[in-house]
Amino acid sequence: MAGESHTAEEYIKHHLQNLKFGQIEGEWKFAHDAQEAAQMGFWSLHVDTLFWSVTLGALFCLIFFLAARQATTGVPGPWQNFIEMIVEFIDTTVNDVMEGAQNAVAAPLALTIFVWVLLMNLMDLVPVDWIPMLAMLAGIEFMKVVPTADPNATLGMSFSVFLLTLYYSIRVKGAVGFGRELVAHPLPHWTLYPVNLVLETVTLLAKPLSLGLRLFGNMYAGELIFILIAAIPLWYIQWTMSLPWAIFHIIIILLQAFVFMVLTLVYMKQAMTVEDDH
Amino acid sequence: MDVFLAAGILMGLGAIGSGIGIGILGGKYLEGVARQPELLPILRTQMFIALGLVDAIPITGVGIALYLIFAVAG
Repeated sequence: MAGESHTAEEYIKHHLQNLKFGQIEGEWKFAHDAQEAAQMGFWSLHVDTLFWSVTLGALFCLIFFLAARQATTGVPGPWQNFIEMIVEFIDTTVNDVMEGAQNAVAAPLALTIFVWVLLMNLMDLVPVDWIPMLAMLAGIEFMKVVPTADPNATLGMSFSVFLLTLYYSIRVKGAVGFGRELVAHPLPHWTLYPVNLVLETVTLLAKPLSLGLRLFGNMYAGELIFILIAAIPLWYIQWTMSLPWAIFHIIIILLQAFVFMVLTLVYMKQAMTVEDDH
Repeated sequence: MDVFLAAGILMGLGAIGSGIGIGILGGKYLEGVARQPELLPILRTQMFIALGLVDAIPITGVGIALYLIFAVAG
C-alpha cells in the first residue's frame, strides 16, 4: 500500500490519524483529513478508540463469564486452567501489594485493568494494515486499532483510577485527615504548610498523568515503529525488522499492562494507609 | 537538518539515561539475589515493576524521535 500513489510521509500520517467524530461549523460529521480533525477541537469523539476499547472490554467479560459458567471442581479443561492462572496471578499480586489495606474493590479492579489493558495492547501485534485496509474497503477512512496508543483512552483510565484513590482517601482518612496529609506531610511545621501544599499537590497530580502517559508513550512508540517498518518500500525484507520488534514488543505489552495494574494498586494502598507523623 | 539533530540528541540522551538506570537496577538485583536467594521471586517482580518505569521514558523518546525523522522531516 505504501508504494502506490502514497508517499511514506502521507502513509505514516494516515495511520496516526484517529477516526474523529465532531462538530464543524455547526454540523456533526466525521473528519476527512487532519485539518478538519484539528478544527473540531476538544468536543469530539475518537470513534475507533471507543469502538475497539468497548469491544475488547466486552470480549474480556464474555471470556471470563463463559469460563466461570463452565468451571468444574473436577478435572479442569485447558481454558479453565488458563483463566485460573490469570486470576491466581492477580490474587497473589494484590495480596502482596495491598498488604494490610484490604479492600473489596482492589482485586476485581486489578483483574479488569490487567486483562483489558493487555487485550488493548495486543491489538498492536495485529499487522498494521489489516484492519485499516478492511475499514477502507468498508468506506471508513481512518482507523487506529490500538486504543492504548491514544492518550484519551489511557488518560481516561488513569484519571478514573485517580478519582477512585481520592474517594478512598476521603473515606478512610476523612476529609480532615486527607487535608492534613496534604498540608502537613513532608515538613511538619505550621509555617511550612503552604510549601507542603504545593509539593503534595504536584505529587498528587503527577501520579495519574505519569500513569496514563507511560502506557500511551510505550504503545504509541511501538505502533509507530511497526508503521515505519511497514512504510519501507521493499516489502519482502520488512519481516526481518518487524518480526524481531514484534517479539520484543510482547515483553513491553505484558510489562506495561502489569505496571499499570501494580501502580494502580500502589496508589490505592497509599490512599488507604494513614502515614505516620515524622 | 535541525530536526534530524534534535531526534539524534533525543534518542541518544534517552539511551544514556536508561542505560545507567537499567545497569544500576540489574546490578542491584543480582546483588540482592546473591545475598538472599530465597527472596528471588519477590525481587524479580519488584525489578520488573522498576524496569517498566525506567524503560518507559526512553522508548517514548525513541518513538517521538522516529516520528520527527520520518513524518515531520519526511
